Amino acid sequence: MAVREEKGAPKTAARGAEDNIAVIRDLHYSRGHRRIYEGLNLEIPRGRVTAIMGPSGTGKTTMLRLLTGQILPDHGSILIEGEDVAKMRRKQLYNYRKRIGMLFQNGALLTDINVYENVAFPLREHTDLPERLVRHIVLTKLHAVGLRGAWQMMPAELSGGMARRVALARAIAMDPDLILYDEPFVGLDPISMGVIVRLIRRMNDALGLTSIVVSHDVDEISSISDRTYLISDGRVVASGSPEDLQDNCSAVVMQFMNGMADGPVPFHYPAPDYGEQLLGRDS
Amino acid sequence: MKRIFQDIWYSVQDFLQTFGSSQLFLVRILAGVPAAFLRPGLIIKQIHGSGVLSLAIIGISGFFVGMVLSLQAYNSLARFGATESLGVLAALALTRELGPVVTALLFAGRAGTALASEIGLMRATDQLSGMEMMAVDPVRRVVVPRFIGGVIAMPLLAAIFSAMGLFGAWLEGVMLLGVDEGAFWQQMRSQVDVYDDVLAGILKSFVFGIAASLLAVFEGYNSIPTAEGVSRATTRTVVLTALAVLVLNFMLTAVLIGEV
Ligand SMILES: Nc1ncnc2c1ncn2[C@@H]1O[C@H](COP(=O)(O)OP(=O)(O)OP(=O)(O)O)[C@@H](O)[C@H]1O
Ligand SMILES: [Mg+2]
Repeated sequence: MAVREEKGAPKTAARGAEDNIAVIRDLHYSRGHRRIYEGLNLEIPRGRVTAIMGPSGTGKTTMLRLLTGQILPDHGSILIEGEDVAKMRRKQLYNYRKRIGMLFQNGALLTDINVYENVAFPLREHTDLPERLVRHIVLTKLHAVGLRGAWQMMPAELSGGMARRVALARAIAMDPDLILYDEPFVGLDPISMGVIVRLIRRMNDALGLTSIVVSHDVDEISSISDRTYLISDGRVVASGSPEDLQDNCSAVVMQFMNGMADGPVPFHYPAPDYGEQLLGRDS
Repeated sequence: MKRIFQDIWYSVQDFLQTFGSSQLFLVRILAGVPAAFLRPGLIIKQIHGSGVLSLAIIGISGFFVGMVLSLQAYNSLARFGATESLGVLAALALTRELGPVVTALLFAGRAGTALASEIGLMRATDQLSGMEMMAVDPVRRVVVPRFIGGVIAMPLLAAIFSAMGLFGAWLEGVMLLGVDEGAFWQQMRSQVDVYDDVLAGILKSFVFGIAASLLAVFEGYNSIPTAEGVSRATTRTVVLTALAVLVLNFMLTAVLIGEV
């Protein structure tokens, strides 16, 4: 990454057995009165697929936003290649972002240009490649997600799952070093799901990328991740390989991996007593 | 009664606050202006967006404003037997006041709302953060070309408004009310000054172009990312632009006339 190049020799020497592309230490973050993270620690190993799982609303999307410097932590540090994201200057931050691809939870395609131009967007903004080459790259990426035939369509004409696949093609257009996927499997049919799952794994291995996948899909995620973090209540409650988690008998992990409603993680967002609220006595 | 004054006071506060923070935003925009001219394609697309699409409403409005101006002025001038001055009166009113001001108000309604809601929706659907994630500055990529497009389009639209207005005034005055055609044009030619009148009008509409475009992109960019937030931003764009244009118009007129 650009940041790494600037640092030069000392960094390379520091790389040992534990080669982490990102390290999060003692992260605190709150939004209004709601504490989202309270002392979270996490490492993202280079060249691997790391999964981040957790109940809805625990702050997984927030984590990706923190990792990319879109929002800043209240306390604690987020080190990317040894550099604190919060302390990066704007230019440096943009250089760092040029090397990451991010798949947004809702796609975030530009609605005024068609599928082809959406995938070409980062190439046109950051490179001076001749149109022939741009075309080649765009079509290759679209082919990889199975949507080469849809190149002329406008984002509004795509289904949710198709939009997400186009967004994936755009995320990989610049051949990033680090890809962040926010819920890549939501809204995909079983066939595309299988293809995308394999695509994530294959890109990771063939191109030597680092991937971070945020997802609820225990089975899909287990099939591709090298390391999984389970987040709940602002902390990492369990981590390790998918097998480790399957064998983990702590109550939180069991509940999440097996999809049970009863357990330490409440299914309900904090609420007053059900009966009382129905009778209107809560206020 | 107290409520009314309080409401007025809040509106004034809100107006001043928006005015202040939009100035900071203007500085950010201006920093991106030189680079934007390296990609004229983006700007041309926006001039087309704000300008060409407002053309019909501006042209038609100008025409009817010219007609009614002619009709009203004819009746007043007839009392003094000075109906030949109709041409010069219409020309001065249009180039100095009506052209720039009415064009800016119509622009706010047509192009300003479109700009604000477009940018607001881009914010609401994560397109702006998506750009930031791709290391593209949304202010430079989205806001600056739209701003420049608006600033360039406004004087052109005002000129078209005035031209259509003159055509309307001529049609009403000369063709329908029977004012002498020679006097109509001759007086206009001798009385209208290029600097004091035409250039002053262009200067005004240039300033209004900056104000209207700035408020539209500012409100859109800073809108709350929900459907309600976007609709609020759109409404505020029209209201604030109208206020800003009328206040600026008075100040500019005072300065311009003071100089003469
Ligand atoms: N703009 C906001 N204002 C206030 N609170 C917010 C805002 N955005 C998110 N939150 C809160 O932050 C918490 C974490 O949100 P986040 O989107 O990161 O969850 P998530 O883990 O990605 O959930 P999901 O799996 O449903 O996508 C939520 O409880 C939410 O209520
Ligand atoms: Mg999320």
